[in-house]
Amino acid sequence: MSTYAAAKVVAAREIKVRLRDKTFLFSTAFFLLFAIGVTVLPAIFAGGPSSVAVADRATAAILQQGDFDVRVVADDAAAEKLVRDGDVDAAVLAGPEVIALDDRPGEVVSALSTAPPVRLLDPGTVDPFLAYIVPFALAFVFFMTSFLFGLQISQSVTEEKQTRIVEILVASVPTRALLAGKVAALGLLAFTQVALIAIVTLVGARLAGLDSGVLSLLEPTIGWFVAFFLIGFLMLAALWAGVGALASRPEDLNGVSQPVQMAVMLPFFAVIFLAENPLAMTILSYVPFSAPIAMPTRIFQGNAAAWEPFVALLIMAVTAVGLLAAGARVYEGSLLRTNGKTSWATAWRSRTTTAG
Amino acid sequence: MPSLINMTTVLNVDSVSRSFGDRAVLRNISFPVTGGRLTGFVGANGAGKTTTMRIILGVLAADTGEVTLDGRPLTRAIRQRFGYMPEERGLYPTMTVHDQVVYLGRLHGLSSADAERRTTRLLERLGLGERAGEKLEKLSLGNQQRAQVAAALVHEPEVLVLDEPFSGLDPLAVEVMVDVLRDRTAAGVPVLFSSHQLELVERLCDDLVIIADGEIRAAGDRASLSAQHAVPRYQLRVDADAGWLRDHPGVTLLDLDGPHAVFDLEAGFDDQKVLHAALERGPVRSFGPVVPSLSEIFREVVR
Repeated sequence: MSTYAAAKVVAAREIKVRLRDKTFLFSTAFFLLFAIGVTVLPAIFAGGPSSVAVADRATAAILQQGDFDVRVVADDAAAEKLVRDGDVDAAVLAGPEVIALDDRPGEVVSALSTAPPVRLLDPGTVDPFLAYIVPFALAFVFFMTSFLFGLQISQSVTEEKQTRIVEILVASVPTRALLAGKVAALGLLAFTQVALIAIVTLVGARLAGLDSGVLSLLEPTIGWFVAFFLIGFLMLAALWAGVGALASRPEDLNGVSQPVQMAVMLPFFAVIFLAENPLAMTILSYVPFSAPIAMPTRIFQGNAAAWEPFVALLIMAVTAVGLLAAGARVYEGSLLRTNGKTSWATAWRSRTTTAG
Repeated sequence: MPSLINMTTVLNVDSVSRSFGDRAVLRNISFPVTGGRLTGFVGANGAGKTTTMRIILGVLAADTGEVTLDGRPLTRAIRQRFGYMPEERGLYPTMTVHDQVVYLGRLHGLSSADAERRTTRLLERLGLGERAGEKLEKLSLGNQQRAQVAAALVHEPEVLVLDEPFSGLDPLAVEVMVDVLRDRTAAGVPVLFSSHQLELVERLCDDLVIIADGEIRAAGDRASLSAQHAVPRYQLRVDADAGWLRDHPGVTLLDLDGPHAVFDLEAGFDDQKVLHAALERGPVRSFGPVVPSLSEIFREVVR
């Protein structure tokens, strides 16, 4: 049996086990709710058009040209009663006088006034809420998914070491096949989860009626994010497997996996705190570990030239090849050392199994 | 795939050495494991049994020397037809017995359908048929051991290497295991197994390999090893007291228990003279050379 065929059998088992495990199902459900929340809630909070009661026909005609739900009533007393009962947001009385309960109805006032023309020299295309939530959401999804699935690679490796089944496995198939199968299985699950979130977010954004300007930024952002996520996850996947092999027991795993955890956690905080700093974001968007979050954020902010994501992705791909090889070496060097924790150096130096 | 083996197949460990750091664990060891025969592998703890087995399976690399099957160096494809039961047992605790045996069958190159069919049949035979759908951790230790046996045999291996296959087995499971091993040897499979239970090894195996301090001290079929290590030792049972042997020329009395005696003879001394002397004193119930037991041979060669 070829290494490829063996890796497929290994991957099939991993996927089967994970799908029966609640972690995957719960985290997917959680993220989907999160995605729906982020896209749909702002639209719900924004509410529909304001309702206005008015007796004067001429005023009603002016208001109807704006985005208002206009209710024509018999007289001012009826209009005031509707406001007091909470049936409408505001009313325009004779005078003209605008009344409302407790909130100054700015939109109604401006519809009735003649304002001087305004010209913005640097128009912000994006709603401030979205400008804040999108980088946060990208960072959060990348951090959580990459951490969750990465840790599952480690746990799966440690389990095989702790239960000693690893010796039977290594006697049957090449260690590369074991590693490749695990990385492929959890990579596929993680990617599926992220792709689902991306689709739900995009569909949600359209249904929620985000304006076309925002959509034209959000779509490439999310598209690139999915691509960056895939390479970003694979980049660390073999290292997760490597630290899993360094630990002999689940209790050791948290300690040995610190460096890899940091590689996921630090970029998360860096992007959250530095999202408003263009220079820092430019740098972060080329550092392989933070690029999956920082580059899509810059695309969303409209600060990235068209060629930039390609270059960042290429840098990540090259790093990924290096780290996959390094992770594989640590994995192979420590997989059969079952007496306590193995150090990075020992794992790096020793190749216990035969080739071929 | 054509079978790799026949009744004359030989798995040959050829001049294998292995060190861990400065410590030489195996020093230039060589021995054959012949098709159709059970080969017992005995030695004290730390003598190098497990290391040897791991090298045969390719889990560990030899520093020098090689292992061949009918003269061919072992490749991954050949080793995939081996069955292995490591000293440290282990399967996935939360997978069902059936699923993991199927999985290991698949890793050994069986198709999905073949793996399913053989797993069902094998678990049935090992008395685990009703437990097949349960998670391994729910099983008793004895049944977990049987599952381990199934894991080593599901692909009907053409070479079997078992590290302490009998340890932790209850007497019933030992008999099942013996049956299974005999089955495999009947099909021409070379079987190598290690054990500390020398009586069991003595009862079961056709060939013996004795290892001490990383060196092979004795290897060959059991009968000729016994002959090689036989000393001119005899036992005699008469009706009356056999104490007179103490003063008989050429005799060194080792053990005397009333009418029963065990003694060594001087080299070249005619045993029939002792028999005549005994017959002159009364009836002789039994007389003959004593074949050394495996534990005696073992003690002698590892000394």
